Amino acid sequence: MKGGLAVALGAAAIAAAPLVASTYHVLLMLPFMAYAVVLLGLNLLFGYTGLVSFGHALFIGLGAYTGAFLTTHAKIRSLEVILLAAAVLGALVAIPVAALCVRYVKIYFGMLTLAFGMVFYTFVLKFYRLTGGDEGTPFLRPSLLGRSLDAMPKIDYLVGPYYYYSLAVLGLAALGMWRIVHSPFGLCLKTIRDNPTKAETLGIGVTRHRFYAFVISAIYAAVGGVLLGPPTGNVDPTLAYWTHSGNIVFMTLLGGFTSFFGPVVGAFVFIYLQSWVMSVVPYWRLVFGAMLAVIVIFAPDGLVGLVTRRRPAPAGRA
Amino acid sequence: MILQADGLRKLYGEFCALDGVSLAVDTGEFVSIVGPNGAGKSTLINILTGVTRPSAGKVRFKDREVGGAGPVRMARLGMARSFQLVQVFPDLTVLETLQAAVVARLGRATRLFASLARDREVQSDALEVAELFGLGDKRHTPARQLPQGDKKLLDIASAFALRPEIILLDEPTSGVSTADKTAIMDTLVTASRRIGLRAIVQVEHDMDIVFAYSDRIIALHQGKVLADGPPATILADQRVMDTVIGRKAVAPGTPSC
Repeated sequence: MKGGLAVALGAAAIAAAPLVASTYHVLLMLPFMAYAVVLLGLNLLFGYTGLVSFGHALFIGLGAYTGAFLTTHAKIRSLEVILLAAAVLGALVAIPVAALCVRYVKIYFGMLTLAFGMVFYTFVLKFYRLTGGDEGTPFLRPSLLGRSLDAMPKIDYLVGPYYYYSLAVLGLAALGMWRIVHSPFGLCLKTIRDNPTKAETLGIGVTRHRFYAFVISAIYAAVGGVLLGPPTGNVDPTLAYWTHSGNIVFMTLLGGFTSFFGPVVGAFVFIYLQSWVMSVVPYWRLVFGAMLAVIVIFAPDGLVGLVTRRRPAPAGRA
Repeated sequence: MILQADGLRKLYGEFCALDGVSLAVDTGEFVSIVGPNGAGKSTLINILTGVTRPSAGKVRFKDREVGGAGPVRMARLGMARSFQLVQVFPDLTVLETLQAAVVARLGRATRLFASLARDREVQSDALEVAELFGLGDKRHTPARQLPQGDKKLLDIASAFALRPEIILLDEPTSGVSTADKTAIMDTLVTASRRIGLRAIVQVEHDMDIVFAYSDRIIALHQGKVLADGPPATILADQRVMDTVIGRKAVAPGTPSC
């Protein structure tokens, strides 16, 4: 129940932020919420199925570019339609990619996802007509629930309607994922993570479950990718670059992949810490690299693991 | 006849692990497979459970050809197994482990949004198996924290949770203290009656266990069936007793055929 209270408090704090926090900090909440959606999905694959993807920026990029393309080229502004299109497209692209990747595990799985990520990155970089190359494509302000909000000043739009829209998407995404990990399917994923040989002898289709987990995580990444677009108003290839895939793995480790909300906490800390460190020293990657090393060695269950501490840290899992 | 093997051969390159093994297991039987190291017991178990495809020969389970069918399909057809080296899910509790088996058996493994906690059938079934194996008190303990004997029991219990028709146990009492061995075997036999198991096949090194529990013993030597009969017949067969009991006298892993 303590966990439930923490989640309720966290949700209330996010909801109250625009009323109390500075605009600067409220704006930082937008990428946080977008990443939180991505990471809920990524952790289904990472924490629950035991597969570490280094290519999920592909799906973030896919979602973001879907929004940019639809608003700029197709004159479709409805965010509901964009989210739906990104989810469908994310699933469609994930199906062949997952079918190939889930035949492999460990480093081979990771490298294969990385390879697909590279292919997609090159695609968005080179297909100028469709993607605008390295300059990217504008993501025009989407309408929310059928209401065009073009007349609103940009900041008011972002810290007002768009903020709560993102929060609602995050809430629904978290609810959906909570159900998935507490379903019979979710339990089977955990058996596969712990011991695939044993899972098979119980009649659990290991490859099939990994495939489903991959596709679901891709849908989440695409949806989160859409939410990243409107705050900057532009989508560029760095979203699909492999270091971006690395960042989201970092966020997951930072918060802790062994708990449901760990990655969400990781996204929050990452975003705020990055903004703070960048304002203090020019070498934020140096600081973050050192931090990652400390976490892997001393807190393999992440920040949430430090607080909850239910069991001794497992050495070298994942 | 629930399980039948005809003329099984398995070659690993030049090495012949099995050389024409035939056997049959009938409903109601407890069959033990014995033999010195390198006799081909593990290969045989892996072929019978569909993990390994035989180089030649046939495996029939419930009148269906199942050679190399794979572990998932065998589990669904009603054949369960446990391993020589204990196999558990380290981070899952006793109850979660058994629930996973029940979920798989009921064909609910791909239910994405259903609540596991509210699935009464899965919950009660898993709890029942836990209690059957004396693991009820430890149902919320993660498998990694169980003592070795309980891990072994959990491995076997999860196979039983599939409510299979036949179960193949690869050294169910290996790595367990002598005192615990009988306890494990008694639990296993009681549980098998309770769930209506039709047959048990085990590979076992401990001859006391083998003679105490088996209806029939199959002795393997150098990839061939050396003897196949009830315990009394095996005991009277000096050739088998020398090969199997005096197994330390036989150089391990060097058969050729």
